[in-house]
Amino acid sequence: MPESADQTRGRRTAVPRGRARRALGAGAAAVVLASGLAACGSGDSGVPELVWYTNPDSGGQAELAARCTEAAGGRYTITTSVLPREASAQREQLVRRLAANDASIDIMSLDPPFIPEFAQAGFLAPVPEDVAERVTEDVVESAIEGSTWDDELVAVPWWANTQVLWYRTSVAEAAGLDMTQPVTWDQLITAAQDQDVLLGVQGIRAEALTVWFNALIESAGGSIIAENSTDPEQIQLGLTSEEGIRAAEVMRDISTSGQVGPALSTANEDSTATGFESDQGGFMVNYPFVYPRGLAAVEAGTLDQSVVDDYAAAVYPQVDEGVEAAPPYGGINLGVGAYSEHTDLAYEATECITTTENQAYYFVSNGNPASDTAVYDDPEVLEEFPQAPVILQSLQQAAPRPQTPYYSEVSGGLQREYHPTAAIDPEQTPQDATELIEAVLRKEQLL
Amino acid sequence: MSTTTLPPAPKTEPVSKPKAFVSDRAKAERKLGWMLAGPALAVMLLVTAYPIAQAFYDSLFDYRLTDPENRSFTGLSNYLVILTDSLWWTAILVTAFITVVTVAVELVLGFALAMVMNKALKAIRPFLRAVILIPYAVITVVSAFAWQFAFDINTGFVNSWFAWIPGVGADTDWFGDTGTSLFVICLAEIWKTTPFISLLLLAGLAQVPEVLQEAAQVDGATWWQRMRRVTLPNMKAAIMVALLFRTLDAFRVFDSIFVMTAGANNTESVSFLAYRQTISRLEIGLGSAVSVLLFIVVVLIAFIFIKGFKVDLAQARGDG
Repeated sequence: MPESADQTRGRRTAVPRGRARRALGAGAAAVVLASGLAACGSGDSGVPELVWYTNPDSGGQAELAARCTEAAGGRYTITTSVLPREASAQREQLVRRLAANDASIDIMSLDPPFIPEFAQAGFLAPVPEDVAERVTEDVVESAIEGSTWDDELVAVPWWANTQVLWYRTSVAEAAGLDMTQPVTWDQLITAAQDQDVLLGVQGIRAEALTVWFNALIESAGGSIIAENSTDPEQIQLGLTSEEGIRAAEVMRDISTSGQVGPALSTANEDSTATGFESDQGGFMVNYPFVYPRGLAAVEAGTLDQSVVDDYAAAVYPQVDEGVEAAPPYGGINLGVGAYSEHTDLAYEATECITTTENQAYYFVSNGNPASDTAVYDDPEVLEEFPQAPVILQSLQQAAPRPQTPYYSEVSGGLQREYHPTAAIDPEQTPQDATELIEAVLRKEQLL
Repeated sequence: MSTTTLPPAPKTEPVSKPKAFVSDRAKAERKLGWMLAGPALAVMLLVTAYPIAQAFYDSLFDYRLTDPENRSFTGLSNYLVILTDSLWWTAILVTAFITVVTVAVELVLGFALAMVMNKALKAIRPFLRAVILIPYAVITVVSAFAWQFAFDINTGFVNSWFAWIPGVGADTDWFGDTGTSLFVICLAEIWKTTPFISLLLLAGLAQVPEVLQEAAQVDGATWWQRMRRVTLPNMKAAIMVALLFRTLDAFRVFDSIFVMTAGANNTESVSFLAYRQTISRLEIGLGSAVSVLLFIVVVLIAFIFIKGFKVDLAQARGDG
């Protein structure tokens, strides 16, 4: 085994030759000990090995790990370990391992809604002050907010995702919509009905539904959590507020418009993107990945170039005319494991991963938008991603989902009551959801 | 046809089977038995009894994985929360529905397959068995994904292949409704576990003495009469064992639901409920209580089968 050979080499340099030969037994013990220690977080050569738990992507994080390993000049190496596809499953795996004080977790790619839970549980190593200062420079506000819990930066903002309104230029023109101005959901429903095209939204009972609802209620001026607290029983929900009811109304109206496709209750980001690529495609709210996805389909020969040429993006639709929309905010921020043996090096590595250059690379290659505003001035980014200015504006307007250590309960309860979205009763559903979530937070009901 | 009452199957008695007196040989055999089974028993206790005891202990606490410091003893209140929640009873109903439907269909299909395997020409018998067993060799999650992709409105082929059936069309969203979702879930379960039940039944079929069949035939019994009066009564024990194993298995259904609907549209099973409380909500206390209740239900089913229907578990080992 190459490992043991390396260990032997290490021992030889540490112990004088003659003595080692005389004390064979002790030497053997030292080898065992050395290999045991080496197994804890260090590579073969004694260089600390940082393990980065990544969400699945198009290989960008593995490339960044390689780049930063090289940039570290032998002080540390980064290896990646891929987490499950679903954000909720990523959280489940990380939480279970961190609850068992897993020291192998050095860096984590975290979905922002789960950051408060990790921070509250003490799973994240504190961000050093100087690091906090550097990693928030020129970063969009929504990404900083998404990395903050209890007024403290607890994670390193990295890439910031947001949904935009994707539309087919030809359809918008035919419908007579002026896309240089913000449009409302009502206008979109009418236009989709007039042109008999799809209005793509994500109605699946999953996180995507919470993302959509949160954007609606925030755009209406409300919030899912009206008054936050670290005590689950003190959390006040805003679902039954005027804005909450308005959001429920809009959600129901879209769902019953007849233009959302036959499978709204199972529609996720991918299936709505498929619908948008079809002949019936018209409008869709979705993440920026849709564009590289379309280009890849053209390259694979499954989509006509003219379809992608027809793509355009605008800022998320408004709930009420004239009131600025609050688009969804997502993405990935980097957390450093509290039980890691190399938290200082791990924070150093996060700074490397999040440099402007690396964010630009990740944006262009993987379609994941940067949180660093400087990236949006990069001519290469603008060329590869013509929608970049819209994405930046969307990120500046975006509102995060409720920040609470009990996010799973809030989001899960919401999904249970608001799904299927076509059956929402704006008078009743918000009330039912409030009662359910409050009971779940009091641990008086199952979810 | 009242002449085909069965003679009691001749049993080969063990060499020594005294009731009161225990011979040295029997003692030695018993000791050997314990020595052979002991390690397995110890491992079983370690990997099953210990987690069950731990789950029961945890179920008495209000315990969140991310907040271990605030763990507090709450007695049976977790059980009260569960048993007064309509979600639990919906899950029980859904699980019972899936269990009854899948086990019933599997029994009929499995029996037919067992008959085919039993009667097939010797030359193709091994091949046939291998073919029939293939679905059982597929991992449940993989089979669930395969069925999901087949029925998916975007990627599936079912909608276009079966468009000639009234109610099925390009726009049929199989996972958008409780009924259709459960239909696909049951279908996947049946496809996957019918081979298991047919294999158990094949073992039972092989035990039906050929002489009885011949005697009944000589007496002029029709095929159906031989089936009802000879084959089935002689297979009763094998059928009950197959039913018991499949029922216990079916009641813990999880993978297909997790993959296909993730519990949407009221398709949550009891196992799924336990998963959601323990793994998603991280409420170890509440989730453990759901698991313990699931365990009790499963024990109850086993008890009803064994005591109520007098199932002889030795049959499963083929030495009944």
